Amino acid sequence: MRRNDSSGPARPARQRWRWRRAPLGLAVAVLLLIEVYPLLWLFLGSLKTQDEFLNRPTWALPADWLNFDNYVQAWRSGISGDLLNSALAVFPALAVIVVCGAAAGFALEVMVWKGRGGVLLLFLGGIMIPSQMILLPLFSVYFQTHLTGTLWPLILTYVATGLPLTVFMMATYCRAIPRELFEAATIDGASMLRSFWSIGLPVLANAVFTVGLVQFFFLWNDLLIAMTFTSGSGHDELATVQVGLLSFQGRFGTVQYGPTMAAICLNVLITLVLYLFLNQRVMKGMTAGAVKG
Amino acid sequence: MRQVLGDRKTIAVLLAPALICYSLIMLAPMIWSLGYTFFTGNPIRGFSFAGLANFDTLLHDPKTGQALAFTVKYAVTVTVGQVVLGYLLALLYVFHLKRSSGLVRTLVFFPVVLPTVAVSLLFQKLFAIVPQDGPVNSVLQLFGAESVNWFGSGAKAFLVIALMDIWRSMGFYGVLLYAGLVDIPDDVIESARLDGAGGWRLARAVVLPLSSPVLISALIFSINGTLKVFDSIYALTGGGPGSLTSPLTLHMYRTAFAYGDYGYGATIALTLTICCLLVTVAVFRGSRKDLLA
Repeated sequence: MRRNDSSGPARPARQRWRWRRAPLGLAVAVLLLIEVYPLLWLFLGSLKTQDEFLNRPTWALPADWLNFDNYVQAWRSGISGDLLNSALAVFPALAVIVVCGAAAGFALEVMVWKGRGGVLLLFLGGIMIPSQMILLPLFSVYFQTHLTGTLWPLILTYVATGLPLTVFMMATYCRAIPRELFEAATIDGASMLRSFWSIGLPVLANAVFTVGLVQFFFLWNDLLIAMTFTSGSGHDELATVQVGLLSFQGRFGTVQYGPTMAAICLNVLITLVLYLFLNQRVMKGMTAGAVKG
Repeated sequence: MRQVLGDRKTIAVLLAPALICYSLIMLAPMIWSLGYTFFTGNPIRGFSFAGLANFDTLLHDPKTGQALAFTVKYAVTVTVGQVVLGYLLALLYVFHLKRSSGLVRTLVFFPVVLPTVAVSLLFQKLFAIVPQDGPVNSVLQLFGAESVNWFGSGAKAFLVIALMDIWRSMGFYGVLLYAGLVDIPDDVIESARLDGAGGWRLARAVVLPLSSPVLISALIFSINGTLKVFDSIYALTGGGPGSLTSPLTLHMYRTAFAYGDYGYGATIALTLTICCLLVTVAVFRGSRKDLLA
């Protein structure tokens, strides 16, 4: 029986069905409005002057569509420095997380040894631990080893907090590699270390990219750790993008709507562009890492 | 082959970097943090032994009680909101939009990857009353209601926080639950339809029982995540007005870094960790098969 063969006897039922779908169509429209309008409003707002904010209704369109003064002002307030800090902290941490995480996941899933279940559980436990539990001792250590005032505390903490989920996800992906690949390589005389490097990693390339992408969003959007280790000690020059955005209104003194909106827009832009190109992969990766909560 | 896969040196080389990093920067500080609960002070002033004083304070401190109550209220509200709306979205994707749900799914998921700080600042503006009514108050006025000072009382601020976090994450739970729903075999639903079950009855008697495992997992992930909420509330209300919207995480942060009491801060962090662990036990009972198969 063909699937789309539902016309014929079922016709009256189908028509009733369509009738009942109208409210659902409306619901979808409202849903999209709720999801998209705030962001649209944000973008429109970033093009408005202070005068427009105060004297025109909030849903009015900007008077001048090419008014990028707000962006210029926002950029001049130090966003470029924040961006550099974020990049310098996030990307090295990301590289370490992904490589070490893949290696550990490989050791825990492909290699056969006693106690690997226990070690995997140990990593899994780290996913549940709230960061608050480790911040205070880390702050003491970084303070005593004079790392405070550099980006090192941020990088180290990011690596450690990113590892548990990465190891867990990599172990899951390793499960799907056919073991025959490694048998063949071993017969050809390759060591397991070499097999990991020249077979495991290439086979896992897709997974590595997905996991890296997921971790990128976690680290790039992080506020708690960045705030604790950069702004807590009076080092404003170390602020990451998120910390910088939060203190943005402070930097401007009075409430300047336009530049704030432009700064938020710039902040959203990076994730927007990434999401635009990689949304299917992001959705897959994020839901696979749902254990993180 | 067993011997090659069990080679201790290879295992050590692959596992060591991740395990050492994780142990030094997460496990050790955790235990250290436990030690802090018996002390008072901070790394700059120095520590002094306090015995069980911190735990005594914990039991009698009205602020901690308030923060714990807020955390639970927030976790329950947002979890129910996220999962129920996420489930409705998933049902919408599978049974109404069917194959054309891709675009809607992608759009509704988008806020998940947006920086929390950016979303919080955006919602501050959406619900603003000064210097000018934001869209929400403008809509209220359109219907003849008065503008509301959303951040003026604890209850209203809580409402905005909950709305924001549900807005941010319902797309995530939509996709997560969607993955569970598409796994339900078509012929099961088809035969239920032929038996005369339609709409509500079909959903309640067939779809809901079949999707309950993934639904329970989603519930647990969500509770575990919402208990740890920090970034969004810190950036949106700063815990205010007063400390009426301060969850445990924020209370701990203030205690440790604003009042310089690491000992008591660690005690609050421990309370939070215990809450999360209780949920973790539930994670294992609920989804052991998925995690450790």
